[in-house]
Amino acid sequence: MSSLLSVKGMNINFDTSRGLLEAVRNVDLEIPAGMSVGVVGESGSGKTVMCRAAMGLLQGSNVKRSGKVVFDGRELTAMSKSEVREQFGSGMAMIFQDPMTALNPVRRIGSQVSEGLRVRLGMSKKDALARSKELLELVRIPNAAAVLKLFPFQLSGGMRQRVMIAIAISCSPKLLFADEPTTALDVTVQAQILQLLRELREDLKMSMVLVTHDLGVVAGNTDYVAVMYAGEVVEFAETKKLFADMRMPYTEALLESIPTIDQKSGARLAVIAGRLPDPTDRGAGCSFAPRCKYAQDKCRNEHPELKQDPDGHLYRCWFPIGEAK
Amino acid sequence: MLVSDWRGEVMAGSGTAHMRNTVDAVLTVRDLTVEFRTGRDKVVRAVSGLSFDVIKGETLAIVGESGCGKTTLARAVLQLPPPNSGEVVFDGTDLTTLPKENLRSARTSMQMIFQDPISSLDPRMTVQQLIDEPLEIWGRGDRAERAERINNLLNNVGLDPELVLNRRSYEFSGGQCQRISIARALALDPRMLICDEPVSALDVSIQAQILNLLQDMKDRFGLTMIFISHDLAVVKAVSNRVIVMYLGKICEVAPPETLYAKPAHHYTKALLDSVPVADPTRQRKATLLQGEPPSPMNPPTGCRFRTRCNAASAMCAEQEPQLREVAPGQFVACHHPIS
Repeated sequence: MSSLLSVKGMNINFDTSRGLLEAVRNVDLEIPAGMSVGVVGESGSGKTVMCRAAMGLLQGSNVKRSGKVVFDGRELTAMSKSEVREQFGSGMAMIFQDPMTALNPVRRIGSQVSEGLRVRLGMSKKDALARSKELLELVRIPNAAAVLKLFPFQLSGGMRQRVMIAIAISCSPKLLFADEPTTALDVTVQAQILQLLRELREDLKMSMVLVTHDLGVVAGNTDYVAVMYAGEVVEFAETKKLFADMRMPYTEALLESIPTIDQKSGARLAVIAGRLPDPTDRGAGCSFAPRCKYAQDKCRNEHPELKQDPDGHLYRCWFPIGEAK
Repeated sequence: MLVSDWRGEVMAGSGTAHMRNTVDAVLTVRDLTVEFRTGRDKVVRAVSGLSFDVIKGETLAIVGESGCGKTTLARAVLQLPPPNSGEVVFDGTDLTTLPKENLRSARTSMQMIFQDPISSLDPRMTVQQLIDEPLEIWGRGDRAERAERINNLLNNVGLDPELVLNRRSYEFSGGQCQRISIARALALDPRMLICDEPVSALDVSIQAQILNLLQDMKDRFGLTMIFISHDLAVVKAVSNRVIVMYLGKICEVAPPETLYAKPAHHYTKALLDSVPVADPTRQRKATLLQGEPPSPMNPPTGCRFRTRCNAASAMCAEQEPQLREVAPGQFVACHHPIS
């Protein structure tokens, strides 16, 4: 299986007044061609930073990067800024969490959707607008011709997210990063957007990285899942395997804390006590140990390495679920 | 676009069959209508003829999509702004006819928790000032007594007073800010708490903590709650009775067990079907709701859901369905309920 995107030994640190903030720690990730990979974790676990770094979007002077990112056979980390930019649109594209602020409020939808077509594909203004209309139809926006002339504030959140998707797929990218694409939306609209992404991925043979904090969203929409905690990938497996046979206590806790429509009403919800560790002080042991109900002395003192099951299931735990303690 | 006239017809509600009319009701809302004028003769019909009651110690959940009027309804209960018509009887007094000064004091016993925990707290005030503000305004005790009260409140919501008192809201995470909001809302010993999407801005892992905390606070202080959410899964954990709203009207009212096991309204079913299932082997092959709700400026005639409903017939366009009991405690406003 060839990977479209491969991240090797990625470390991202930010220089802050409080000291060095370790946002992403030693992450290895493979995105197989044509597959959809979910990246799951709480706010502050490093999901977004990891994706942005993989796209080459983190350029500030306070950013300390190391590791290697290879996209489609070319090493992004060895390229110049402008060479990386060349990859955007037709190579990689991203949709952001907040459809309200990701679009330019003072430009019409048509001009925003056609921008990529004109800049990347060199289309004329007229052709680009005609193609924009087709793209809006592709993302199931009713009355596309009229929507081209509107401004973002005239559209609902769900419609704006559809416009964002239309922009992202306008130059037929091979890989789509979807960073919490449905978190700001209603459940009904969320279901529509996820279905749209599934269909587009099949039609356009696109790979996708779906970043979310909701394991429920991951279950029906991805082939593989990477669970992130405190900047590290703590578990990686095929989606079906992960849900059938969780090894990492954190993944289990995350799943248990989701309210479901099957639970008894009035029953107490399972919680993960405490919060993420301070990113400027990662400590010696397992990062999850202070919140883990199975934690033992070894967990608090020694940092667990990534272990692999024969079936390729990766996890970072001294005492994984399902093994004799 | 056809826009109905501001002075024109009265928008009828979906009836009052679900009202329990008991003396235990803390809050009784009858025929509440909220409309906003936009432009010369356009009217947004946010809430149309809505009635409900909340019994002491109960948690009533109100569920629906963005724009269905949930938040407007909650604010109208607090007279923020007052509704166009209808009555809101809280503890035996009709708030809509109350003089301004009496309304101010009545509001101390009904408090609200807002969706965005970070922007609903003043960033310039310390946590101590935030919680002290209502106590000071209403003259509850001297400085020492208030300080003790603040400490108690913070302990109750799971924050360490010593660590948080002198910090400001921007130093806290969303979940911690929501805890501070809850402490502030509880400061004046309210009888009723209105929570407007209190957990939708939070991570799943933090959501559960806040939901459990609200449950605890309700038990400890004997609160009555209105809980507004768009997420049916969240609602199930906390509510005793659920109202499903669509475009300013009630579709269905039922206890959660009944509603989730046997939804009678097609809209309720669609909402249930769109909740993601955290199990790759049990994905639903559900037909999703198509499109978005129509504009409340120009709602459909008859049943407001008919334009997105698979079961809609000619009758649905002509007659407004009224709430009727289809199972014990389950009321539905639909001509063709799911049986």
